[in-house]
Amino acid sequence: MSSFHGSKANPTRFHRSQIKYYLFLILLAVFMILPIVFMFSQALKPLNELFLYPPRFLVENPTFKNFYDLMNVTSVTVIPMTRFLFNSIVMTGSVVVLSIVISAMAGFALSKMQFKSKKIIFEANIIALMFVPASVAIPRYLIVNELGLTDNMLGHIIPLLAMPVGLFLIKQFVDQIPNDMIEAASMDGATNFIIFRKVVIPVIMPALATVAILAFQMAWNNTETSEIYMNKETLRTFAFYMTTLTGNLENKVAGQGIAAAAALIMFVPNLIIFVFLQSRVMDTMAHSGLK
Amino acid sequence: MDAMMFVGPFVVMFTIFIVIPVLVAIYLSFTYFNTVEAPVFIGLKNYVNLLTQDNVFMMYVLPNTFKFSLLVGPGGYILSFFLAWLLSQISRKPRSLLTLAIYSPSMTAAVAMAVVWLVVFSGDAAGYLNNFLINLGVINDPIQWTQSPHYLMYIMIAVTLWNSMGVGFLAMLAGILNINQELYEAGSIDGIKNRLQEVWYITIPSMKPQMLFGAVMAVVGTFQAGDIGVQLSGANPTPQYSGQVIINHIQDYGFIRYDMGYASAVSVVLLIIVYGLSKICWRLFSEKD
Repeated sequence: MSSFHGSKANPTRFHRSQIKYYLFLILLAVFMILPIVFMFSQALKPLNELFLYPPRFLVENPTFKNFYDLMNVTSVTVIPMTRFLFNSIVMTGSVVVLSIVISAMAGFALSKMQFKSKKIIFEANIIALMFVPASVAIPRYLIVNELGLTDNMLGHIIPLLAMPVGLFLIKQFVDQIPNDMIEAASMDGATNFIIFRKVVIPVIMPALATVAILAFQMAWNNTETSEIYMNKETLRTFAFYMTTLTGNLENKVAGQGIAAAAALIMFVPNLIIFVFLQSRVMDTMAHSGLK
Repeated sequence: MDAMMFVGPFVVMFTIFIVIPVLVAIYLSFTYFNTVEAPVFIGLKNYVNLLTQDNVFMMYVLPNTFKFSLLVGPGGYILSFFLAWLLSQISRKPRSLLTLAIYSPSMTAAVAMAVVWLVVFSGDAAGYLNNFLINLGVINDPIQWTQSPHYLMYIMIAVTLWNSMGVGFLAMLAGILNINQELYEAGSIDGIKNRLQEVWYITIPSMKPQMLFGAVMAVVGTFQAGDIGVQLSGANPTPQYSGQVIINHIQDYGFIRYDMGYASAVSVVLLIIVYGLSKICWRLFSEKD
């Protein structure tokens, strides 16, 4: 009877009984990051190593040549790679900032204010969580076209701003702020805007960080807007440029090193941001219950 | 009035880019629309054609979609719960590190990873998988992995599963870590004998909201991920339609053949499927038992 003590999730220190979990997890983790290690290694390989036979997994004489080549592949496209990178940075930055602001304001209102359509909006948002953007790509294209956003930098940004997941996570987080706190502030004469800025924002920082990561991943990896809304090459993003490098890579020899370098540039920002904000993400996710 | 100011921007964006497109898609699905001329109303004809005339849809797209989503959806979901549970059993620092390793594939778009996969599955003898198998003596001649109708679907499934530890996985991990530890002690007094019982009677019921969130995200992610087939094979339609799923079919009709009305009908079908599956998850995990 007393031999069983419960499995103690979130243990504070190492115990022999955990070895089996470690063994399994480490093996699996290695398996999961193999392709990522490979991506790093491939990006640093000089041309002769890329086509060594038999192939080697790790790089032997690392070089940054692939990155220089990537910068210089103007012969194919006439447009320097930096232009795509610039578009991506502008677009991702705007999407992250604006979608956080929009979701935070809406989350606050849906959680702490009383108004008629509140229930409907939240319900619609939950249904929209199940929304697969590709399934309505066509009408979206028509609307973007009507609004004059095709071949316009704003066409990358505006369609991504309504983020159902973002609103959802923030609203769940604001729900935890005690109503008394809001009421007290409003007694002291604070307007809703001041309450939002001084009371709500500081408390929901973890949720904002999480939404920032999600928005970043969505925008940075997004190829759809370039593919469908942009006809001018100069307005397309780096992620899209990547797909032009990988298309038919199967048979293309010269592009492999360049494509590997580009893939690495796509991946690294995601990694850095997530590493920095990981604990906040976990905090937000703990409260992501649907109600 | 104040409230309107706060929700306003979201509601406007939400309506323009999510609600209206869905309504327009529903309308267009009853029309013939080639994007040049105005849509012509043709009633249910698109749906009738989809069900009776579209051989590709019935013979390849639908079976492929089912196969793909049945393996990737529940498979990825169970895998993410299992891994989240394992991760919760070790202490904090190593957990963060291992979580990062396991989550890292999901951080980057499949598009970027296609570079890696294409090198691994490259069709000539210098491709990693081919080389490996030739050295083992399993095969004699290199296999054109991503161009072969026999293998494309399995490669798609493997890549997507590898990529599937997303938001839902993080939510589940956080959910497990936040369960009140006293529940386990109480459970042990009430006669719970092993870990399996513990997971079934305590862990899962205590984190139902996160399980639901994870399930909804898994359903959506599964139907989102189908594009990987086109990325890997470099062609839409995929070789002999072997990796064709609903999303590719929509793109094929909408943006390659410019039959937007028909593509919209397929879109509506996809929306209904995703919504229906999410509703089932809702039933399974909703608070009231």
